[in-house]
Amino acid sequence: MDMHLSSNNGPVVELNEANLLNAGPAKERLVVVGNGMAGMKTVEELLAKAPGRFDVTVFGAEPHPNYNRIMLSPVLAGEKTFDQIVLNSREWYDANGITLLTGEPVEGIDREAKTVLSQSGRVVPYDKLLIATGSMPFIIPVPGSTLPGVIGFRDLADVDAMLAAAAKGGRAVVIGGGLLGLEAANGLRVKGMEVTVVHLMPTLMERQLDQSAGMLLQRELERRGIEVLTGADTAEIVGDEWVSAVRLKDGRELPADIVVMAVGIRPNMALGKAAGLECGRGIRVDDQMRTSDPSIYAVGECVEHRGVTWGLVAPLFEMAKVLAHDLAGGEGAAYTGSVTSTKLKVTGVDVFSAGDFSGGEGTEDIVFRDAARGVYKRLVLKDGKLLGAVLYGDTKDGAWYFSLLKDGADVSAERDTMIFGQGFGGADAGDPNAAIAALPDSAEICGCNGVCKGTIVKAITEKGLTSLDEVKAHTKASASCGGCSGTVERLLAVTLGDGFTAAPKVKPMCKCTHHTHDAVRAAIVDRGLKTMAEVFQAMEWTTPDGCASCRPALNYYLLCAWPGEYRDDYQSRYINERAHANIQKDGTYSVVPRMWGGLTNAAELRAIADVVDKFAIPTVKVTGGQRIDLFGVKKEDLPAVWADLNAAGMVSGHAYAKGLRTVKTCVGSEWCRFGTQDSTGLGVKLERMTWGTWTPHKVKLAVSGCPRNCAEATIKDLGVVCIDSGYELHVGGNGGLHVRACDLLVRVATEEEVLEYTGAFMQLYREEARYLERTAPWVERVGLDHIKAALVDDPERRRALNARFLFSQTFSQDDPWAERAAKGVDRHEFNLLAEVG
Amino acid sequence: MENAAPETAISETVWTQVGSVDDIPVLGSRVVRTPGGDIALFRTAADEVFALEDACPHKQGPLSQGIVHGRRVTCPLHNWVIELATGEAVAPDEGRTGHVPVRVEGRSVAIALGEAKLSRGGCRKACGHV
Repeated sequence: MDMHLSSNNGPVVELNEANLLNAGPAKERLVVVGNGMAGMKTVEELLAKAPGRFDVTVFGAEPHPNYNRIMLSPVLAGEKTFDQIVLNSREWYDANGITLLTGEPVEGIDREAKTVLSQSGRVVPYDKLLIATGSMPFIIPVPGSTLPGVIGFRDLADVDAMLAAAAKGGRAVVIGGGLLGLEAANGLRVKGMEVTVVHLMPTLMERQLDQSAGMLLQRELERRGIEVLTGADTAEIVGDEWVSAVRLKDGRELPADIVVMAVGIRPNMALGKAAGLECGRGIRVDDQMRTSDPSIYAVGECVEHRGVTWGLVAPLFEMAKVLAHDLAGGEGAAYTGSVTSTKLKVTGVDVFSAGDFSGGEGTEDIVFRDAARGVYKRLVLKDGKLLGAVLYGDTKDGAWYFSLLKDGADVSAERDTMIFGQGFGGADAGDPNAAIAALPDSAEICGCNGVCKGTIVKAITEKGLTSLDEVKAHTKASASCGGCSGTVERLLAVTLGDGFTAAPKVKPMCKCTHHTHDAVRAAIVDRGLKTMAEVFQAMEWTTPDGCASCRPALNYYLLCAWPGEYRDDYQSRYINERAHANIQKDGTYSVVPRMWGGLTNAAELRAIADVVDKFAIPTVKVTGGQRIDLFGVKKEDLPAVWADLNAAGMVSGHAYAKGLRTVKTCVGSEWCRFGTQDSTGLGVKLERMTWGTWTPHKVKLAVSGCPRNCAEATIKDLGVVCIDSGYELHVGGNGGLHVRACDLLVRVATEEEVLEYTGAFMQLYREEARYLERTAPWVERVGLDHIKAALVDDPERRRALNARFLFSQTFSQDDPWAERAAKGVDRHEFNLLAEVG
Repeated sequence: MENAAPETAISETVWTQVGSVDDIPVLGSRVVRTPGGDIALFRTAADEVFALEDACPHKQGPLSQGIVHGRRVTCPLHNWVIELATGEAVAPDEGRTGHVPVRVEGRSVAIALGEAKLSRGGCRKACGHV
């Protein structure tokens, strides 16, 4: 058969049915609607399997030959030209005898007559019809979404529109922080526009990346000058004749010269639907890509297969292969769905994801972070098989992981080392020591300091090193981030054999990290880490989102280090601090209003009595801290209880907080015949200054009016004992599990000095103690001399500490009850999701 | 439109809509009140939703008030760690809390109360924790 008979010029004459019938032995006529990647891949596969079997006519709505749509991003970024992404030139169509009709959308199918009708009125008959109409960008139906200047990101025309806008400079808002949106944002930024990405979800590319990788990606894009707004919901696109801004639901308005809408795609199934083919979210096809009409096939993004629609190229190609096999007369081929992987096409940003990384019953995570190189890798395993992978910063093993994942290979043998990649070791991969032994001398062990295996082994043998610290001192390996210390220890073990005993480990913060509390805190301050995700990455956490032990600690450390800047992480707080009340054994809560210095009055007591009646609160108890505790309050009643207490002028007593609890006082000189100073008044002043602060653990203060010490000030975290000549300050006491009497810190003459010392002591404790360490064990650990050196011997440091304390207090003295009772903050915490049955 | 499954079709799973995924904070929880007791719905960082009986196998602490991490929750009363997918306590603790099947369609969350494997009190017999 001659494949070169088709005309190179106007195809109209050849498409006359009579002509075709006269053309010789009956060749089946295949009409392809859609000149995109899926349709043309099918034709290519068909030509390879059964050349000349069909007379092929291809309709394309766009005026171009078939091009590589996934390379539009590099075209936008100016890294490729359109010619470089053309897959099949017009010459190719001619050479293969394919009639190509571009710029000619198909409008209808007559299934009875087996013809298609194009927009220009052309009627073309078929024996087999292939619908490959792809997808359309989903335009969110907000007001203004049809304004000129709102662009999708789907075809070359969109790219041209973006390039034309970019040539004028100005601002672009990209709605959608998924794959396409970020590629568009990067391209527009490269072209010189000011770009803001508006993304509905809390992290970027949440369908492909986990939180950690999403956060790293966001930081990198921000470094490139792209503004990223997550958790941002578009309310309206503003403009008269052209877009001028995007308004968010929270009221923010972002000026925009163009808006790129890249929130997702929708199968383009209009043609199939109009022809009466069975459709769901796309045109429904079986495993052979047949629609409900046996003469009509569909392939690519326009189909729904087994309830799933696809928007990545690999599944389309798999469908195309199956269909070509079937069209070529083959049997037994079936498309059964795809396992997919994604890469972000932004130059210099390596992101890879594959499979299911959300975890699942019985799954386990292997997490690797190399802070120095900006690498994050996470593998999800189940039953000895790889289920999913997320890679950031180093994606060279993506293909290997993907093939293990697709094949469902048993990876139990590689489990311990596979996170390091395919090139790791080569020896018995199940034994990490053997894997280390098999590394070449040139293998880099310490990425921070560029130390190779050979250098370390040489130092160990020649200098007789036997410990990690010695290797650190001699070679600098593991001296920076410490991420390779485990590898260095293994090297010691391998090199020395029995001569090596691992050094006793300092206790890490929790199972998520090998770093201590102190090391993590130091890094937060020294390296300017300002979010939990940054800490996880920089300190190489081995879990994706920490645990119930490290998260509250990190939240506190960040809050303490960056007052006013760090945004408190609600979900990293214990329930008492989320609910601003104390959970009791039956799941109810207790409520303690503040009584400044232990003082109260008739109005407050009356309001408390009313609240007790109104909410049928079963138990009312006077606490050891001189205030009143209301027990058995239902959680959903909390905001209403607070509203009533607020109305009487009372605020939260923070009886639930790792923070300032009470300032216990005696009556002092105002009433007591022994009192030397106004202990109650001073107590009120201290409480007004320190309330609302967050500390490593709870803090209790007291002021006694004379050395008889009725306020028990010498077993408090900080106790003031008034004396004739002034005030004694005592610190580090505790009346709890291990009773510890305070140490005397200093004697001062004035109330002002008491306040300054108190602020400075609080801040020193806030900055130096480990989370959940009370002042008593802290003072014992660091020694009283250390505290005296900072506060007594160094007035400048004392004043600086006090100033930092007062500064942080400017952000913490809002009554959390009022915020929740009156302003509705965290309303979800106190409401049921639903009530059923 | 078809009607909901008739009540006689007991073999058919009955799904009860309880809200949207977005109503549950990421790494947080919300409570659904049912005649059989409270059910805690959890949302992980990976946007998965799980449902457990809102009672720790140890001393019935409300798991909905705990801290969610990975696919686990730590009970607010005594720090037992419970697997969200199974309700099993993580070793060395032993016990199991009832779990309820969850279906997420789009953003909408439904639970199958009829299929719930509730174990209130069961642990006490099984492992002696009171």
